Amino acid sequence: MSENAKLPPLPTGTFAERAIIWSKKNLFDGWFNTILTLGSIAFLFWLIPPIVEWAIVNATLSPTIEGCAEASGACWGFVNANLRLILFGTYPFDEQWRPLLAMILLMGIICGSLGGVKYPGMRKAIIPMWVIGVPIIAILMWGGVFGLTYVQNSYWGGLPLTLILSSIGVIFAFPFGLLLALGRQSHMPAIKTVSVVYIEVIRGVPLITVLFMASVMFPLFLPDGVTIDKLLRAQIGIILFTAAYLAEVFRGGLQAVPRGQFEAGDSLALSYWQSMRLIILPQALRLVIPPTVNSFISMFKDTTLVVIIGLFDFLGTVKLALRSDPAWTKYYVEGYAFAAAIFFLICFSMAKYSAYLEKELRKGEQR
Amino acid sequence: MSKPQNAPGDVRSKGLVDYLNDENVRAVLYQIIAIGLIVLAGWYLVSNTLYNLEQQNISTGYGFLDLEASFEISETMIDYSAQSSYATALMVGLLNTVKVSLLGIILCTIIGTIFGIARLSSNWIVRKLATVYVETFRNIPVLLQLFFWYALIPGAFPHPRDALEPIPGVLLTSRGMYMPVPEPDAAYTLMAIAAVIACAVIYFVKKWAKKRQDATGQPFPMFLAGLGIFVGFVLLAYLVGGAPTELSMPALKGFNIRGGYNISPEFMAVLIGLTVYTSTYVAEVVRSGIQAVPNGQWEAADSLGIRRSVALRKVILPQSMRVAIPPLTNQYLNLTKNSSLAVAVGYPDLVSVSNTTMNQTGQAIEAISIFMSIYLGLSLLTSLFMNWFNKKMALVER
Repeated sequence: MSENAKLPPLPTGTFAERAIIWSKKNLFDGWFNTILTLGSIAFLFWLIPPIVEWAIVNATLSPTIEGCAEASGACWGFVNANLRLILFGTYPFDEQWRPLLAMILLMGIICGSLGGVKYPGMRKAIIPMWVIGVPIIAILMWGGVFGLTYVQNSYWGGLPLTLILSSIGVIFAFPFGLLLALGRQSHMPAIKTVSVVYIEVIRGVPLITVLFMASVMFPLFLPDGVTIDKLLRAQIGIILFTAAYLAEVFRGGLQAVPRGQFEAGDSLALSYWQSMRLIILPQALRLVIPPTVNSFISMFKDTTLVVIIGLFDFLGTVKLALRSDPAWTKYYVEGYAFAAAIFFLICFSMAKYSAYLEKELRKGEQR
Repeated sequence: MSKPQNAPGDVRSKGLVDYLNDENVRAVLYQIIAIGLIVLAGWYLVSNTLYNLEQQNISTGYGFLDLEASFEISETMIDYSAQSSYATALMVGLLNTVKVSLLGIILCTIIGTIFGIARLSSNWIVRKLATVYVETFRNIPVLLQLFFWYALIPGAFPHPRDALEPIPGVLLTSRGMYMPVPEPDAAYTLMAIAAVIACAVIYFVKKWAKKRQDATGQPFPMFLAGLGIFVGFVLLAYLVGGAPTELSMPALKGFNIRGGYNISPEFMAVLIGLTVYTSTYVAEVVRSGIQAVPNGQWEAADSLGIRRSVALRKVILPQSMRVAIPPLTNQYLNLTKNSSLAVAVGYPDLVSVSNTTMNQTGQAIEAISIFMSIYLGLSLLTSLFMNWFNKKMALVER
C-alpha cells in the first residue's frame, strides 16, 4: 500500500479544523463508513436516553415498596433496602462487621498479591500475606474465639463468600496444579498418565458436574459418622476443578522455558527438585502470572454456580432478596444490574491489570 | 538426564544403596509408590461408598435406566411421556443439550465475527461500540446473564391472551415465542434428500472446477453455481412433492396457544445468554486472528493485482483461520459445557434431567457418571473434529 509510505500530515490548524480532519478520517471515510457512523449515532440515540431516564432521572432510592411504586424509573430502593442482605446474606445482622472486615482484608490481600507480582522484591511478601491473612479471615468469619460468637458457615453468604470461595480455590489449587503440571511433563509413564487423565477429565466436564459430584458424592466417600458441610464440599470441588486449569497454565510456562535451562541444571548436578526450585520454576512462574490472574477472573465468575447447589453467594443473595418479599420480585432488573455492576467492576479492573502486567513483564525481553 | 551407570568392567557388586541411588530404579520406585497411594485411596473411597450405599439400601448398577421415569419434560425432540424409561428421559436431555449448543455455536460465531471485525474497523464509533459490547458482556458471569434473560422474558411480554404479533403469525408471549411451521408432508423429506444430493453434486463440481483451474487457469464461479445447484435441487423436490402450502398457525385456544412451533422462555434465556457471553470471546479470537496476519500479506496481494475482497477471502482469512481455530475450539467446548447451566433456569438439558433422575432414584453415582462421560465424549468428539479441521487448514510445508 503506497499511501503508507507517505508521512501523515502533522496536526495543524485550530481545534475545529483538526476535529474536522479527524472525523473525516475516522467517521466519514467513504460512503460505507458514513452509513455506519450515522447508524451508530441513531442507535445510541435510541438506546441511551431511555436508559438514563430509567436509571437516573425517574429512579428512586426510597427503600420502601410504596416509594418504588410511585417512581416510573428504576427502583434502586430495592438495593438500598436489602443492601446488607445482598452483601452479607444471612450472616447474623449484628455481627455483619465481621464479614465486612474479612472482605476488606481479603480484597487487600488480593490487591497486594496482584500488585506484588510486579516487583520482584515484593513477591516474597505474597505467601506470608496469605499465611497470616487466611487464618484471620477464618477467625473473623467463624468466630468462637477472642469473644467472637460462633457463626456456622451455613449462614455465610454474599460478596465475602464469593471472594472466599474463588480466592481460596485458586490459592489451594496453586500447589496442586503445579504438581499436576510437573507430573504431565514427567518422564515417568505412570505419573504422566495419572496427571494427563486427571487434567483432561476435569477440563472435559462442566464445573457444575464437579460441584454436583462434590455435593452428592463426597458424603458417600467418607467413612461412617464423618460429615463435611456443604460449603467445604463446594470449596473442595472448586479447588479440584481450578487445579486442572491452572495445571495447563503452568504447563504453558514450563514449556516456554528453553531446554538449555534444564540442561544447565543437570550439568550443575542439581537434583530434579533443586533445579526446578532454583532454575526452572522462577522463570516459568513469572511467565504465567498474567494467565493465572485470568484464571482467577474466570473462577471468580464461575463461583456463581454454587447457587445451583444451594449456597448463597453474591448472586444467590440477590435472588434471596428478590424473593424475600413478593412485592420486590418485579425489581429483578435493578437487583441483577447491581450484581452485574459489582462483578463487572472487579473482573474488568483485574482483566485490565492482567493485560498491563503482561506488557510489563515482557519488557525485559524487548530490546 | 541419566547419570552414568556402573561401567561394565566394574567388578564391585552393587549394594542396596547403589540401587537406591540409581535414577532408573528410583523412577520405578516412585511410580510404584504413587500408583500404590492412588489405588489405596481409591480402594478406601470405594469401600466407604459401598458401605454407605448398603446402609442407605441403595442398590448399585444401571438397572434403573429401564424403569419408568414418571416425570414430564416440557420440551422434547423425540417421543417422550411420563411412562417412558429413564434412558429415554436422559436421551431427551442430551438432545436438548445438543440443540441449544449447536444453535449457540452457530449464532455466537456469526455475532462474534461481526464484533471481532468491528473492533478493527477504521470507524471510531463502531470500534468503540464493539469494545463496549465485548468488555461488558465478558465481565459479567454467564449465570447472572441467564437469570436476567430468564426473568426478563416472562416479565416483558404479555400473557398469551394479549400476545404481541410483530410479524403476522409470530406471537410473542410470556410463555415464549410461537412461529408458524409447515404441516408435516412427505415433500419435506424429499427436500431433505434433495439437499443431501445437491451437496454431493456441488462437491464433485468443485473438484472438477479446481482441476480445470489448475490446468487452464480459468476460474469458475463456484459460489453462484453452488447456490444454483442447491436451490434448484431443493425447489425441484418441493414441486415434485406436490408443493404443499399447509401451515400450522399458532392461535389462542382456551387459555393457551396451540399450533405452530413454540420456543420456550427457558430455551430463549439459555440460548441468548450463552450466545452473548461466548460471542465476546469469539470476537476476541477473531480479532487476534486477523491481527496475526502480517500486513505484508495484504501488500503481496495488492502487488499481484488481486482485488481487496478476493484478497480477504483467499489470502487473509485462510491464514487467520489457522491462528483462530484452536482457541475457537476451546470457546465452542466452553459453550457446550456452559449449556449445563440450563439447570438453573429449568431448561430440561442433560444435567437437569439427570438431576431429576438422581433425586427420584437416589442413584447419584450412576447419574453423575452418565452425564460426566457424555460431556467427556462430546468434548472429545468436538476436539477430534476440530483437530481434523485444523490439520486440513494447516500450512503444508515442504
